Amino acid sequence: MIVGLFLILVCQLVGEALARGTGLPVPGPVIGMGLLFVLLLLPEGRTPLARETREESVPGACRGLLAHLSLLFVPAGVGVVQRLDLLAAHGIGYAVTLIGSTLITLTVTALAFRFTARLIGSSDEETAP
Amino acid sequence: MTDSDFALWVYLSRTPLFWLTITLMAYVLADRISLATHRNPFANPVLHSIWMIGGLLLLTGTPYRTYFDGAQFVHFLLGPATVALALPLYENRSIVRRALLPMAVALVVGSLTAIISVLVIAKAVGLPTVVLISLAPKSVTAGVAMGISDSLGGDPGLTAVSCILTGIIGAVVASPLFNALGLKDRRARGFGMGLACHGIGTARAFQVHPLNGTFAGIAMGLNAFITAALVPLVLAWLLR
Repeated sequence: MIVGLFLILVCQLVGEALARGTGLPVPGPVIGMGLLFVLLLLPEGRTPLARETREESVPGACRGLLAHLSLLFVPAGVGVVQRLDLLAAHGIGYAVTLIGSTLITLTVTALAFRFTARLIGSSDEETAP
Repeated sequence: MTDSDFALWVYLSRTPLFWLTITLMAYVLADRISLATHRNPFANPVLHSIWMIGGLLLLTGTPYRTYFDGAQFVHFLLGPATVALALPLYENRSIVRRALLPMAVALVVGSLTAIISVLVIAKAVGLPTVVLISLAPKSVTAGVAMGISDSLGGDPGLTAVSCILTGIIGAVVASPLFNALGLKDRRARGFGMGLACHGIGTARAFQVHPLNGTFAGIAMGLNAFITAALVPLVLAWLLR
């Protein structure tokens, strides 16, 4: 568990450094996700790093962190309650905009995915239970 | 309340321990309700934890900063948890590889739709330009969205609030919406969630199924890139 957590933090730290250093408009943790993915893809057993990554430590730490992903958004979310003045200032038009745009974006994105998937004959049927 | 009770309250309410405990308590309660209703989207644990804690802060007159001293320990884990999304991505890599083209198309179409739809509706209901700029990046993760908004003359605070609200709205409406559209493909449902409502949508997608969550995580990561590039272009075009 502790090795897993350590490797995750290393990936995030390198990701943050790369994001800052290059000025890319991407969060460091997202780059860190890519780095950890590459570590997981390392051929099995070649290096001590690959062995450690494949051990239960990394998957265990990942599962632990992802088990309650919703919880991690609560502190930032509570901040919204303190900024109700901002919402009150812009009123109903603001609410209509957010709800409308979110519904449209969800619909268009998912349908664009399904349309293209059907076009190339790709389905998730073999994977979905 | 006696004087000593009050002194105890004043002491405890200022320690990180108290508000960290309250955060976990509210979440455990909200998560139990969500489980008891078989993960009904309207029982979203983020939504219900937020108003419970937010209400308590307002009732007790506690500033957000004091609350955050305790809650920051939970907030910190957001970064490592984002890195941890590499695991489901790795476990589902063969399914992901077969969906590269649908992902690319949905990414470009979805990202443009997110930005254009919010600007067009906001303009139609008569919101001022600074609000338009602040709303434009609302579908990406709050940290990136604030950066985009700030660099273009928006209000980063309003952007952060808009991102979180977008996430919650999406997490609540997506399942009924996709069901009404007859959309069954878990990859498409997940990708839509991550693109339109970033991390909060991804958390909801993982509640539904790990495959939904995997595609949501990918969409969230890629959309951060592309939105940062597209917002200035679309704004320049629509606000001419």
